[in-house]
Amino acid sequence: MSKTSSGTLYRGHEGMWSWVGHRVTGVAIFLYLLVHVLDTAMVRVDANAYNAIISTYQTPWMAFGEVGLVAAILFHAFNGLRLILVDFWKQGTKYQRQMLWGVLILWVIVFAAFAIRHLSIALGGH
Amino acid sequence: MSVSIPAPRSQRIDPKYKRGPKSHGSFEKLAWLFMRLSGVVLIVLIFGHLFTNLMVGEGISGIGFGFVAGKWASPLWQFWDLALLWLAMLHGANGVRTVINDYAEKHATRAWLKGILYVATIFIIVLGSLVIFTFDPCVTGSQLQQCL
Repeated sequence: MSKTSSGTLYRGHEGMWSWVGHRVTGVAIFLYLLVHVLDTAMVRVDANAYNAIISTYQTPWMAFGEVGLVAAILFHAFNGLRLILVDFWKQGTKYQRQMLWGVLILWVIVFAAFAIRHLSIALGGH
Repeated sequence: MSVSIPAPRSQRIDPKYKRGPKSHGSFEKLAWLFMRLSGVVLIVLIFGHLFTNLMVGEGISGIGFGFVAGKWASPLWQFWDLALLWLAMLHGANGVRTVINDYAEKHATRAWLKGILYVATIFIIVLGSLVIFTFDPCVTGSQLQQCL
């Protein structure tokens, strides 16, 4: 950070980084969504073709991709609730920093639960 | 040799900077509100989607044509997935529209990128809706008992 940016409440602080994270996760989720609707559309064409595409999602490498996708979704979801509170709750701007820590704590807990369950299924050799 | 910029002499505001109902209507405000309302609904829809597809039963190992056919036999899941498709696509498209507006500085670039975004969004929403409404459990290759 250059000295000229000191004294700002936003630049380089939690507010800016949560905004960056919200944008990056949002765009990533949207790109996945386009692919996801296209692959699901195969159920209308051929059941075997759909199963073949889904089997690529059931490989160990893709399991880590899915964990990454859900990590992005969970952050976007919890930080989105924080954004709504910042906009509509009278004390929102005052507690935005504390709410970001709440978002991160919630994110770690829910993400850990998801990752343990999903990876044990995907890597467990069903 | 510095350039001196004269101070503004009139109180007149260029009409293009004037705010009012004539300029852009309330579209941006409605888009802002939509992001917040759809966001809350999407949390319920996506968490439900991820929980039923990946967390219960066999999780991702159980997903296949039969799994989808089983879910879409119920009007609840048809409606759930249709709402998810529309809200997620509109929420995502509006988010990407904002990102394009922020970073694409040339007018032509902005117009092109948003044009591609809108075409892709409409295509995916129409395609996804058709797939849900016209789903056939006995499509080619189906091994479901009712179709054999």
